Amino acid sequence: MAPSLEAPDDEVRDVLANPLKKKPDLVAPEPEHCPGPESEQAGTADSCAGCPNQQICASAPKGPDPDLPLITARLADVKHKILVLSGKGGVGKSTLTVQLAHAFATNPDTTVGVMDTDICGPSIPKMLGVETETIHTSNAGWEPVWAMDNLAVMSIQFLLPNRDDAIIWRGPKKNGLIKQFLKDVQWGELDFLLVDTPPGTSDEHLSVNTFLKESKIEGAVVVTTPQEVALLDVRKEIDFCRKAGIRVLGIVENMSLFVCPGCKHESKIFLDHTGGGRGLAEELGIPFLGSVPLDPRIGIACDYGESFFDSFPDSSACKALKGVVKGLVEQIGLDPEVLLPEGDGSS
Amino acid sequence: MSLSKIKHIVLVLSGKGGVGKSSVTTQLALSLSLAGHSVGVLDVDLTGPSIPRMFAIEDAKVTQAPGGWLPITVHEADPTSGLGSLRVMSLGFLLPGRGDAVVWRGPKKTAMVRQFLSDVFWEELDYLLIDTPPGTSDEHISLAETLLQKARPDQVAGAVIVTTPQAVATADVRKELNFCTKTGIRILGVVENMCGFVCPNCSECTNIFGSGGGEVMADDFNVKFLGRVPIDQQFIVLVETGKRPRYPEGTVINGQDISAAAKEAEAEEAKRDTAQLVLKYKDCSLAPIFKTITADVVSAVEQGGA
Repeated sequence: MAPSLEAPDDEVRDVLANPLKKKPDLVAPEPEHCPGPESEQAGTADSCAGCPNQQICASAPKGPDPDLPLITARLADVKHKILVLSGKGGVGKSTLTVQLAHAFATNPDTTVGVMDTDICGPSIPKMLGVETETIHTSNAGWEPVWAMDNLAVMSIQFLLPNRDDAIIWRGPKKNGLIKQFLKDVQWGELDFLLVDTPPGTSDEHLSVNTFLKESKIEGAVVVTTPQEVALLDVRKEIDFCRKAGIRVLGIVENMSLFVCPGCKHESKIFLDHTGGGRGLAEELGIPFLGSVPLDPRIGIACDYGESFFDSFPDSSACKALKGVVKGLVEQIGLDPEVLLPEGDGSS
Repeated sequence: MSLSKIKHIVLVLSGKGGVGKSSVTTQLALSLSLAGHSVGVLDVDLTGPSIPRMFAIEDAKVTQAPGGWLPITVHEADPTSGLGSLRVMSLGFLLPGRGDAVVWRGPKKTAMVRQFLSDVFWEELDYLLIDTPPGTSDEHISLAETLLQKARPDQVAGAVIVTTPQAVATADVRKELNFCTKTGIRILGVVENMCGFVCPNCSECTNIFGSGGGEVMADDFNVKFLGRVPIDQQFIVLVETGKRPRYPEGTVINGQDISAAAKEAEAEEAKRDTAQLVLKYKDCSLAPIFKTITADVVSAVEQGGA
């Protein structure tokens, strides 16, 4: 058998306590093409023939995950669940998530939750300036970290003993944690739960979709940059949404223009010769929510965990972001006037 | 075994997505090839393969031969001009449609990575570059495990780590460095990508994503800093449209006037857009930067082997 390079669970496990839905205790690692020990076909799929775990998986309780109703109950008071997706990494999923959260949270009557499902590269805590926080647990569950009075955050970063620790986890373990984020965290009454995701179309995405199916996902915002190398992966993500039955609320094109601070010359650094985000949106019949220019100050605001809306309310990037938020709010059938009263950013 | 004829295996890693792993892989491959080495590129980013697009070979399909899957040839070796051969393998070649999502859970990805490492028929190669997806998860664990089993210890040269300067990116990349330490992968060095953008209008250099973050991180972890790579719009144009990079007159990089080289090339107008990618890349401002980085990587690899 292959030598395992997975990190011993050591400290992380102490914090994470016991896994929830008990995965059957396997006697050997999952084989290639394993349908997943928790899946419907566990023990009966073609690839299960000859697997030492077959009996174990086959006799494990089947049917819908018994935790699903618990998740649904926990999230009953969450009005809108929105995923932020992109097949491509580094296009600004977390940045957009954070900006959306800030934009919604400028209204003191709105409560926002942000859940970071990027297990291997959590960026949300840093961008919200709560990197050093840790989780408090009580009888009722895990208390999320409150970045503002009305902005709750949950990320694996809060569970790490050291900031730079690598999370060397395979899929099932990541799924377990995401489930805990949904089932054990006291989200309470939220108007919005924004779910930031890692790049790709794999375990995390499948899990979020499965776990939230019953409590209904409002839809997904897809982020891209203008160049074809990124659009290529984003197409795959939209294909995934279609397959999974997630409504795409719209496409946001990030890093579209760069305005030189010296001469105000506008450069398209990431060339959109195949039409960019707008072209893709038209091609696939999806609403286009807007283009956000590449403004170095957004990056700086994220590095320092500040709200870009508060720091540079008059910049063109800020206006573009507000346009995106407005478009998104309209897509989910709410009134932007009520939700985002003008003069926001002053809070 | 498929890896038996390969001299050195170099991984290109980064905890963060979109920092330029695939561009760095591409440019390392082109530079190694220009230096006369025979190079293979293996793309294990299963859910977002970018390498076929980078080499402008998206339409290529993999063929099966008795020795295994045949990698796609980007160009053959050309001894007269000292060019090494360049071959590529990616999941992108196996997908029926370019927009199709690969929705796979971990075990299936593991199986695919294993198959990519064992069933691809690589001929004699000086370097095999492995481009990876972001993170420290299934693909990475499988890659490290499989290399431990199937490759000789002297073959696995180590990893080139790519980052961008801003703190949000280095925070994730630090995790990747810890991953390498835990799995015993040697770190050949850190490349800081997207450091600075030169405005084509006024030539002012803006550090869009800050500057120096990669170097600080390399110092913290006591690994070699290989260099800074600026954002070059012409490189993106080259990848996106296949146009040969051209610069305004008087563009000087590392003491070389690169606009002159582009002028000469213009004389061969007819040849321009059909020329091999590697020859067009020679005119790119990033080529001299990567020449130095490549030389550093090669010497680091050879030191390790000795």
